Amino acid sequence: MSDLGVTKDDNIEKDVAKPSRRTLLDFIRQQPLGSLGIVLIITMMLAAIFAQHVAPFNPEDVDFEASPAFGGGAPSLAHPLGADAFGRDILSRLIYGARTALSIGFLSAFFGCSIGAIIGTSSAFFGGKVDLLVQRFIDLMLSFPIIVLAIIVIAVFPKSVVLGVDVNVIVAIAIPFIPKTARVIRSQALAVVTLPYVDAARTNGFSSMRIIFRHILPNVTAPFLILITAFIGQAILLEASLSYLGLGVVEPTPSWGLMLSGVNTDYYRTAPWMIIFPGLAVSIAVFSFNLFGDSLRDWLDPKLKL
Amino acid sequence: MLAYTIRRILLVIPTLLAVAVLVFFVLRVVPGDIVEIKLAAEGGIISAEEIQKEKERLGLDDPIMVQFYKYMIGLPRGDLGISLWTENNVSEEIMSRIGLSFELAILSTILAVLIAFPLGTISALYRGSILDYVIRIITIGGIAVPSFWFGMLLIMLILATFGNLPPLGTISIFDDPKTNLYQMIWPALSVGYRYSSVVARMLRSSILEVLSEDYIRTARAKGVFERIVIVKHGMRNALLPTVTVIGLEFAFLLGGLVVTESVFNLNGIGKLFVDSVVRNDLNLLQGLVLTVATGFVLVNLIIDLLYAALDPRIRYQK
Repeated sequence: MSDLGVTKDDNIEKDVAKPSRRTLLDFIRQQPLGSLGIVLIITMMLAAIFAQHVAPFNPEDVDFEASPAFGGGAPSLAHPLGADAFGRDILSRLIYGARTALSIGFLSAFFGCSIGAIIGTSSAFFGGKVDLLVQRFIDLMLSFPIIVLAIIVIAVFPKSVVLGVDVNVIVAIAIPFIPKTARVIRSQALAVVTLPYVDAARTNGFSSMRIIFRHILPNVTAPFLILITAFIGQAILLEASLSYLGLGVVEPTPSWGLMLSGVNTDYYRTAPWMIIFPGLAVSIAVFSFNLFGDSLRDWLDPKLKL
Repeated sequence: MLAYTIRRILLVIPTLLAVAVLVFFVLRVVPGDIVEIKLAAEGGIISAEEIQKEKERLGLDDPIMVQFYKYMIGLPRGDLGISLWTENNVSEEIMSRIGLSFELAILSTILAVLIAFPLGTISALYRGSILDYVIRIITIGGIAVPSFWFGMLLIMLILATFGNLPPLGTISIFDDPKTNLYQMIWPALSVGYRYSSVVARMLRSSILEVLSEDYIRTARAKGVFERIVIVKHGMRNALLPTVTVIGLEFAFLLGGLVVTESVFNLNGIGKLFVDSVVRNDLNLLQGLVLTVATGFVLVNLIIDLLYAALDPRIRYQK
């Protein structure tokens, strides 16, 4: 073996070793803002999971003495963020509200992106007329603002709650994400479809399903992950907006959007804390997912256009 | 340019037709029955006979294809049927409220552009400075903050400063422009914050992208003044993607209006849209969806034509 050969091998090893060094530490060093996002997200998730232990009160406990309607409710030691019109502790409701926001956010972003990814890759894989038809349909769906699309879905699907989760709200939020994901994933999959191993798989006689799920989908994981993080933030915002309009989750489920709606707006002047804190919660949640999503994109695939 | 324009305009028709057909059938799946909801709201016990009679009167007992036929032949004449709730003409209901929403949309666009251009340009030209960081935090905030909450904070601010909140949007811009603008500026700001953030971010990244191009280096190398490099060579090219974003966001403005009109209690089409869903008023909902889609398609058409006028390369593409 010549010296030259050895050097070459070393270089190859270096190249191979590079990706494995992209660890969490690496991410924290390169993306400080994204790391801040992760810390905030994990804090919210822990608060949501251990809500019973973290929240000082039961979110549905009514205590009229603490209500602003009777002159109480201002932030105090007992109620650090104040109490609402029914004297319910706002901090506790925010902590339980994180459950609603995060579960709906995760589920709808996951389902929306997954279905979108499957449609996108299939569209790229089959090409031709199927692709054209799917793309025209996606164009059509993209011509509506996401909240308008979500409200139309709410109008079409009856209210249904399974295991305390509003299924129709999740569906309504997930559907607007499908065309967006399908569009981005398709453009990524188009490059994968032309690769030799896809031809090889075809020659081996594998079914279309197998090629799509085993050979193409794993290769669009990066944009898929980026889209999911970006959409969780949007889903939380959408859930808050829908609940605010009275079309999302309903009382007594603690939801950040719901805390801003209805009678609560009678207290603009007397109890501003009822308005300020829930909105702040939504903003921080969306902000952290946006920061994390942006950094994840810079880290995994800086050229991806969303 | 003429051929391009004609081709582009002709493309509008099939799109709108597809939306019209799709909307009709998707909304017929709605399970809630408007007649029952409406009669129940009036109180008392309702018999099956009464429901049937009301359905006949509203034409809801026709076979679905007959309803579809009536709907499709009404469309070219602008006849969208009657609202099942108020029994007014749907087109009239929409027309009477669209002016307010349109004014709000225009105002927020103007505000957004006025805010976004200086912010985006400064942020790009002083990249990495403290000023850039401050602007970026403001613009990221604009995307994260729910516009209805921002509107509520504005209302709180108005209440704290002036002591009362005037009924907004009741004075027409044609009767008393000053009062009207003074009142409409708040909801416009509430929608415009997000809008300006999106535009400013786009402008920042496209200026940065353009400034790293070879022709900018060439211009600098041949000794062109920096101000002229930026304005003539940089900004002009950075404007193209920004114009698209402004247009697209304008088309999507209804999304922001839906919540903002509810916050400020404005009687525009955004609020009408929410009301129509709450009341299960299919005809009205259908009319509104069509209006939104038409608006979007038209704005897109204008962007495309504007784009073709600004950038000759597009005209010659297939």
